Amino acid sequence: MIDQAPILIIIIPLVAALLLTLTGSLGDRWAYGLLIAALAASLGCALAALAAVLDGNQAVHYRLADWPPPLGIELVIDHLSGVVLVLIAGCALLTAIYSRHPASQDNPDRLNLYYALFALLVTGLLGMTATGDVFNLYVLLEISALSSYGLLARGRGPAYYATFKYLIVGTIGACFYLLGVGYLYIMTGTLNMAELAEILSRPELQESVSVRIGFTLIILGVWIKMALFPLHAWLPNAYSKAGTTTACLIAPLMTKVSVYIMLRMMFTVFSADYIFNRIAWSELVIYLASTAAVVGMLTAFAQRDLRKMLGYIIVAEIGYLAGGAWLATEAGFTGAVYHLLADGLMTLCLFMVVGAIIYRTGLTTAAAMRHIFQRMPVTAVVFLVGAASIIGLPPTCGFFSKFYLIQGAVQAGAWVFVAALLISSLLAALIFFRLLEVAFFGRFDEAAGAAPGAGGHGAAGPVAVAEAPWSMLLPMVLTAIAVLGLGLYTNEVVTYFIRWSVPAGF
Amino acid sequence: MDEIFHIVIAKYNYWAALVLLFIGLYGMIAKNNLMKKIIGMVIFQTAILLFFVSIGVKRGATVPIIEYTADHQPLLEAAAYANPLPHVLILTAIVVGVATLGVALAIIQKIQRVHGTIEEDEILAEMRQ
Amino acid sequence: MKQLTLIILAACALLMLVAALDLPDWGDPASPASSHLSPAFLEQGYGETATPNIVTVVLADYRSYDTMFEAVVVFAAALIVMVLLRRTPRTRRKVLPQRPQREGRDVVLRGAAQLIIPVMQLFGLYVVAHGHYSPGGGFQGGVIFGASFILLALCYNLQTVLERLREHVVLFCCAGGALLYAGVGALCLALGWNFLGYAALAGLLGITEVTAHSHGILAVEVGVGITVFAVMVSLYYDLASSGDLDEGL
Repeated sequence: MIDQAPILIIIIPLVAALLLTLTGSLGDRWAYGLLIAALAASLGCALAALAAVLDGNQAVHYRLADWPPPLGIELVIDHLSGVVLVLIAGCALLTAIYSRHPASQDNPDRLNLYYALFALLVTGLLGMTATGDVFNLYVLLEISALSSYGLLARGRGPAYYATFKYLIVGTIGACFYLLGVGYLYIMTGTLNMAELAEILSRPELQESVSVRIGFTLIILGVWIKMALFPLHAWLPNAYSKAGTTTACLIAPLMTKVSVYIMLRMMFTVFSADYIFNRIAWSELVIYLASTAAVVGMLTAFAQRDLRKMLGYIIVAEIGYLAGGAWLATEAGFTGAVYHLLADGLMTLCLFMVVGAIIYRTGLTTAAAMRHIFQRMPVTAVVFLVGAASIIGLPPTCGFFSKFYLIQGAVQAGAWVFVAALLISSLLAALIFFRLLEVAFFGRFDEAAGAAPGAGGHGAAGPVAVAEAPWSMLLPMVLTAIAVLGLGLYTNEVVTYFIRWSVPAGF
Repeated sequence: MDEIFHIVIAKYNYWAALVLLFIGLYGMIAKNNLMKKIIGMVIFQTAILLFFVSIGVKRGATVPIIEYTADHQPLLEAAAYANPLPHVLILTAIVVGVATLGVALAIIQKIQRVHGTIEEDEILAEMRQ
Repeated sequence: MKQLTLIILAACALLMLVAALDLPDWGDPASPASSHLSPAFLEQGYGETATPNIVTVVLADYRSYDTMFEAVVVFAAALIVMVLLRRTPRTRRKVLPQRPQREGRDVVLRGAAQLIIPVMQLFGLYVVAHGHYSPGGGFQGGVIFGASFILLALCYNLQTVLERLREHVVLFCCAGGALLYAGVGALCLALGWNFLGYAALAGLLGITEVTAHSHGILAVEVGVGITVFAVMVSLYYDLASSGDLDEGL
C-alpha cells in the first residue's frame, strides 16, 4: 500500500469532494467530519511518501495507469515536492478544523457544496505539486483556479467584481502557461518534465528562439498566478473580500504553489545554466522583486482593513521568494524554498487570527484589535508569533528565511535586494507595532471612528468579546507551534530536505 | 516571391492563431463591458486551441483511427495517421474553457444583480461612493 | 490607455509573428511533435488496447489521469455555478414575482422538437458507445445528450424539463459520473495495480489484458458521458433562470 501513497494523496480529497456533493442530506456535521477525515488521510499519505523519499534519498516515481513515463503521466515526489505536499495537506487540514464555526456562519445553507469546493481546491494544489507532466499541471492549475473563483465569489457584494477581475487575470495567466507548453511541445515533442529537461539541454534547442518564447510565456503565466509585483493588483482585492475560511485556505497556499511551479519550471524543466547564463534576466527580476518587497509593505502600511493589509504583505513576501529564486546562489535558493514553507505557515497563522477576531467582533478594520490581549489572550499570543515571524525576529522561522535570503543576496552582490529586504522588514515592524499599540492601548482612534463605514457591519465600539471557540483556537495554536518549530529546527529542515533539492549548476 | 509564398504556406497556421490570440487579449484588457471581456477571453482560448491543433497535422496522413489493409490486417504505420496527442490535449483545453466560461457567466449574472450594470466604469463609480 | 494597450500588444504580436518563422513547417512529418512520441502511440496503441481510435486510446488510457480531471473540471464548473446562483427558499431574501413561464404553444417548434429529441438522444448514446471505432467518446456524446434536454427546455419551457429531470438527479449525475471514473481507477488500485491500470480488470472479468484495456476505456467514457451530460443541463438550469428554479434542492 505504501507505494500507492503518491496517488492516494490526491485521490482521497477528490473522492471526498464528490461524496460531499452526493451526501448533502446527511447534514453539516457529517460534511465537516468527512472533510477532516479525508484531509487527515491525505496528510498521512503525504508524510508516508515523504518518508519513502527520505528513506532512499531519491525521488519516488509513480506511473499512472501503469504506462511508462513519456507515454503516460507520472507523479514525481522528491525532497522539494514532498515537503510542499506536506505543507499543503497540513495547512488544509488545520483550516478545515478551523472552519467549523466561521464556515457555517458564512454559508448558512448547503455547507456540503462549500466543503466540496474546498476539497477540490486542495486536490488541485496537491496534484500540481506532485505531477511530473507539464500538461497535467495545467489541468490541475485550472481545477484549483476554478474552485478558488467559486470560493472567493461567495463573499459579500463587491466580492463578485473582485472575483471577476481575478478570473480574467487568472485565465490570462493559465493560458500563457498553456501556450508556453505548446511552444515547448512543438520544439521537443514531449510533455514529461524529466524528458523535456533532457531534450532541452541539447545545444540546438538552447539557442532556439521558440524555446525562449516558450519559457517567457510559462514564466509570465506563473508570475501572474503568483502576483509578482507589477502583476499583483488582483490579489489584495480578491482576498480581502473573501469569507474567513476561504481566505485562510487560499491566501497561504495558492501563491506558494505558484512559486513552487516557478521553481519546478526554472530548475527541473529548464536548467540553472539556461536561466542564468542564456536568458539572463536575473537583474531585472531582482529589481522587480525588490520593488515588490518595498511597495507591498508600504501599501500594507496604508491599509486599515486587516485582510487587505495582509494581502499586500503577501505581495511583499512573493517579492522575497522570487528574488531568492533568481539570485543564482545556493543560499538564495535555500532561502526561497525555506521561506516558501515559512511564509505558508505564518500567513496561515495571521489569517486565522484575523478570522477569529472578525468572527468575534464582526469588524474588519484595525479597530477590531482593541484590547485583544484582555479579551482573547490566546489569539493575541498567536498573533504575536505570526507578527514576529513576518518581521523576522528569532526564533521564528521568518528570521531564518530572511537570514538565508540576505546571505544569498550578499553572495550574489545584489545589494538592492539586501536593502529591499531590510527596508521591508522595518516596514513590517512598523505595521505590527502599530497594531500592537491598538491592541494594548486602544489608540489608533481614527480607525475606530471610521469603523461604521469601513467595517461594513455598522457595529462600532467595544463589544463584550470572549475567546474564540476551541475548534478555532486549536489549529491556531498548532500553526503558531509550527512557526516556532520550523524556526527551531531550521538546520534539520535545510539539511534533510532543502539541500537535496538544490539544483545543479550553482 | 516563390520563397515568400513557401514561408506563408508553411507558417500561416501559427500566424492565424497568434493574431487571434492578441485580438482576444486586447478584448480582455481594453473592453469596458464585462460581457465583451468574456468574448475576448473565448477568442483568446480558442486561438490557443487552434495553435495546438495545428501541431497535430501531418502531410499525407489521415485521422488517427487505425485502418485495415485489404487482407484485414491493421495498418500500423505512424506515417499514415495524424498526431493524436494534440487532439487529446485540445479536448482537455476545450473542456476547461467551457468550465471557465460557465463560471464567468454566473459571476456576471451576480454582478448584474448586485450592481445593476455590467459596464466596468459604472461599477467602479458605484463602488467608490 | 486603450491606445497604449493596443500599441504594446501589437508590438508583442509582431515580435511573436516574426519569431514564428523559427517553428517547424505546418504539417511537416519530421517535426519533433510528429516524430517523437506520436509514432509510439500510433504503432503500439492498437496492439495494447484493441481500440482503433488512437485519440480515444490516448485520452482514456495513456493520459486517463488528465481526462479524469477534465471530468472533474466540468463538475467543478457546475458546482460553482450552482453555489453562486442557486437561490433556495432560505437564501431568497424577498419573494420574487413569479417569472412568466413561456407556454410553448408554437406547434412547429413542438413538432420539430418531438421529432429531433429522440434521435438526438439515441445519437448521443451512440457517440459515447462508438468512441472506440469512430470520432466520439464521452465528452462529445455527453454534450449531444445534454443538448437534447436543453432543446426541450427551449421549445417548451424550463418546467417541462424540470419535471422530467429534477435538479437533485442532475447534481447526482454530475458527481456520480466523475465518481464512476475515479471508482474504476480505485478498483484497479484495490486489485493491486496502479491507479487506472485497466489491466487489473482482466482477472475480474475473465478476459485478456488487452481486452481489459478496451473495457476500461468504455467504463470511464461512460462516466465522462454522464458527468458532461448532467453538467450541461445543470449549467443551463442555473444560467437560464438566474438560479430561480421553482423546485427546491
